[in-house]
Amino acid sequence: MSSFFLAVFTALVTLMLVYLYRVVRGPSIFDRVLGLNGISTKAIVLLVLIGTMFERVDMFIDISTGYALLNLVGALAIAKFLEERGASQK
Amino acid sequence: MTTGAAVFLITVGMFFLIVGSIGILRLPDVFSRAHALSLTDSLGAFFVLAGLAVYEGLTINCLRIVVVMLLIYLMNPVISHATLRAAYRSGLRPSEEEEK
Repeated sequence: MSSFFLAVFTALVTLMLVYLYRVVRGPSIFDRVLGLNGISTKAIVLLVLIGTMFERVDMFIDISTGYALLNLVGALAIAKFLEERGASQK
Repeated sequence: MTTGAAVFLITVGMFFLIVGSIGILRLPDVFSRAHALSLTDSLGAFFVLAGLAVYEGLTINCLRIVVVMLLIYLMNPVISHATLRAAYRSGLRPSEEEEK
């Protein structure tokens, strides 16, 4: 079972690299925001997975809850800021 | 039994996540990319976390994983909607041309 978890871990990190490509190369700034949102969703899943691998879910689940709430506030703040300012910068 | 169910759920979730990342690499503009990302991301993360909750068994940690699951399910569409509304109001429009 732990080798299966290791495979899922590797696949998730590879998917995060794909999203990181979109963050770096994205033509508009909204592509970058969306890519960061995808990366943080995968990071939440990854934290719970790490907790399951190390059999310390009780600790890691708190970290992932906090990360999810911070991600929500941060992404909404960026979206409101860009909506008021407009995307003059490509 | 629970291990098999957990492996099945996590595999289904990883399928959705991989499809979403192919979409975000291949699709032409920000609206279609967000379409690919937000739908598959919510469902894929939902399935993977459900698999981890099933693997955990019937404990308090299972309930907390379910709380994170619901949080992702509520939060992901809100973020996509806010980002795309900002994109639309700042002048981006969906591209009409076919991808070659």
